Amino acid sequence: MLEVSQLTVRFDGTPALDGADLTVEDRSIHVLMGPSGSGKSTMLRAIAGLEAPESGEITWNRRSVLGVPAHKRGFGLMFQDYALFPHRNVAGNVAFGLRMQGLDSAIIRSRVDDVLELVGLPGYGDRSVGTLSGGERQRVALARTLAPRPRLVLLDEPLGALDRSLREHLLVEMRSIFNRVEATVLYVTHDREEAFTIADRVAIIRDGGIVADDTPEGLWRRPPDGWTARFIGLENLCAASALADLGVQPPSSTTTTGVIPPEAISLSPTASNAATVAGSHFRGGAYRIELDLGAGSMLVTWSPIGIESGTAARFDVDVTRVSWFED
Amino acid sequence: MRTRPWILLLAAVPAAFLAYFFVYPLVTILYTGLVPNGRFATSAFVEIVTNPAMRSVAWFTLWQAVLSTVLTVILGLPAAYVFARYRFPGRSLFRSLTLVPFVLPTLVVGVAFLAVLGPGSPFGVDLRGTIWAILIAHVFYNLAIVIRGVGVLWEQIDPHLEDAARSLGAGRWRVFREVTLPLLRPAILSSAALVFLFSFTSFGVILVLGDLHHSTLEVEIWRQATAFLRLDLASALAVLQLVGVTVILLLYGKAGKRMDGELPLRPSAEVARRPRTIGERLLITATLGMLGLIVVVPIAVMIARSLNTPTGLALTHYANLFDPPRASAVFVSPLDAIGNTLRFAVPAVIIAAGIGLMAGVVIVSARGRSGRIFDTVLMLPLGTSAVTIGFGFLVALDQPIDLRASIMLIPIAHALVAIPFVIRSTVPVMESVQHRLREAAAVLGASPRQAWREVDLPLVSRALAVGALFAFAISVGEFGATSFIARPATSTIPVAIFRLLGRPGTFGEAMAMAVVLMAITAVAAMGIESMRGSRSGGV
Repeated sequence: MLEVSQLTVRFDGTPALDGADLTVEDRSIHVLMGPSGSGKSTMLRAIAGLEAPESGEITWNRRSVLGVPAHKRGFGLMFQDYALFPHRNVAGNVAFGLRMQGLDSAIIRSRVDDVLELVGLPGYGDRSVGTLSGGERQRVALARTLAPRPRLVLLDEPLGALDRSLREHLLVEMRSIFNRVEATVLYVTHDREEAFTIADRVAIIRDGGIVADDTPEGLWRRPPDGWTARFIGLENLCAASALADLGVQPPSSTTTTGVIPPEAISLSPTASNAATVAGSHFRGGAYRIELDLGAGSMLVTWSPIGIESGTAARFDVDVTRVSWFED
Repeated sequence: MRTRPWILLLAAVPAAFLAYFFVYPLVTILYTGLVPNGRFATSAFVEIVTNPAMRSVAWFTLWQAVLSTVLTVILGLPAAYVFARYRFPGRSLFRSLTLVPFVLPTLVVGVAFLAVLGPGSPFGVDLRGTIWAILIAHVFYNLAIVIRGVGVLWEQIDPHLEDAARSLGAGRWRVFREVTLPLLRPAILSSAALVFLFSFTSFGVILVLGDLHHSTLEVEIWRQATAFLRLDLASALAVLQLVGVTVILLLYGKAGKRMDGELPLRPSAEVARRPRTIGERLLITATLGMLGLIVVVPIAVMIARSLNTPTGLALTHYANLFDPPRASAVFVSPLDAIGNTLRFAVPAVIIAAGIGLMAGVVIVSARGRSGRIFDTVLMLPLGTSAVTIGFGFLVALDQPIDLRASIMLIPIAHALVAIPFVIRSTVPVMESVQHRLREAAAVLGASPRQAWREVDLPLVSRALAVGALFAFAISVGEFGATSFIARPATSTIPVAIFRLLGRPGTFGEAMAMAVVLMAITAVAAMGIESMRGSRSGGV
């Protein structure tokens, strides 16, 4: 189990991480998600031992690793640009960590073959890394990271350099690989869909601090604040007064904002609230419907069929699905 | 692409110049070595092998060059690393500082270290005539080659590669050995080849600091030809040295070719960062301290000793240069030497710039194989030692026309050495403006010649000015070739310094003269730096 508490890292005086806390359970895939410049890569590098924190603590199984240099931590790190060694072939790259452990060359060879098999590149050992496609490079980098069987696998935007269709394919594959080798994973990304697809838990990082840490569903259902709600892609943020007009009352007088997940809005001719359809866009599988409530209020929902713009529509809101916060 | 006739015409001038002033003298040297008295004889070559004195010269030339190269690389790598990877106050100043020794004439380098490590040293040592003085001077002179050559590549190596190796369990030393060093290897090899080349053909430094206890092939060629008039032996030695130089240049070319291999390249701006740990700050401080010591101290001591007189600090030695108390018939007055130097520099610059520009246009226009061959051939004088060029002039240029008394001989020798610098300064610029801008000009209705005048020339003129300044700096500091072909009346500053060093009681004047030469060179070097700006040039 990895525990990070009150971690602070400064570059030239400006904090890149500012008192960040995070716990990664054994054999879980924990995603660290945040916008660029939020400190997520710095967090990863500090855990890997490549960046020295100014204060705070990092422990593995309750023992501090701060005094342990990067090469002795037993944490694997994979980079967005893969950082494959250009002077070594595929097998040479994958074998690197095993050689550092001083393993017998016969063992190394069989482990390299096993890992290349695992990532779906059997027989690629003799290939030069310069001849590989982007997806193949990604798999080699993953194989290199997993080969020494690290206690913790750190991944920094591992799919960031790939195009969308390949990304989705590899994401599912990576999840099954991590489950198969029972890896403990901390996965950094800025992409919500990627995070939600692979994560057991998602931590949200903002300005060097962790602002939320929950399961993907928990995060979607109970975002802790408006910024996080918007960041994970929730759109229907409404002032308490606007919600009151829809018959949705805030739980207390201090909660000023509510967010309605799109699936909590149901369209029906007999529903109690009226609106005008302002836009209707096909997004593969369903239509994204924009409802104009008048007075500048807009709500977004999904519908299996398209509705022409300008049409009057009626809708209900599932009150139990609305989450509230002071914002 | 079809070669146009005007290119052939333009190529003819540099080709003829090179043929008559470079190839012909070299062939004559070979002939003199093999056919000493009108008959074929290998006696001179046999003598090199059998004579223990000659054998030891060859052996010394080799091992001092190896040792100089190893030391320079060992000291240069940390500095290359520091400049490539860290940002700190005074970085560009220190970087420019490392270039200073390289632009200094080798004779000035020799004199500076004579001031520091020779008789009357402020440090109480006298290393004159020892290998140590020579090695230290060679390191001083060549450090910039390693710092620049390796540093440029180091800036482009993705630090993530090293981070990846660390997270895979490699300690710092292991990372350096298994990742950094293999990636830097082409740059280290090509820099080392250049350092080896310059140490292998070292002349001024050895002559001043070796005190004739130590002699390289270069010094021995000069000695055999000028002191013992053994032209056959000198020729044989020159041939031997040429073979050595060719081998080094081939290795250099091979190392350079491997640099083209693909690397995960990154813009350098991203890589360099401020130091964060105490260890990093310590490394930077130690490196800068080392550089300061090795670069600043010799120059400072030389200046101090040029001002040092029995009655305290004074400009006496400088005054003596203008009013020499011991001028004689066989000895040019220092003032005349300064005049000669500047008089020779002007035609040398004009010839080098003119021929270099013509050659550059040919290289850029005749793309492909023929352009590359032309480029390589024109680089040859750079690899050939200056003494060999001077010696070649001496043995070859008496016929068909006897040019040996010509006043133009010295500028021609200087131009020969300087042309490669003009080419290297201008060709990259001409190549970079070639495509887009010319196409733009053509689309706007400019003929090729108009396009050249309107687009290329203004851009190239700046690069040509840099090349001309290089040529000027080379001309004023050139010693090896000049020492062969200068007569007493046509002595230049370096020759005068060497004469002053050889005479009793003029040590201070020699220092003063070296400072004057350094000042002239420094002005040219500052011009080069300011005109090149931030652009990293070819040389």
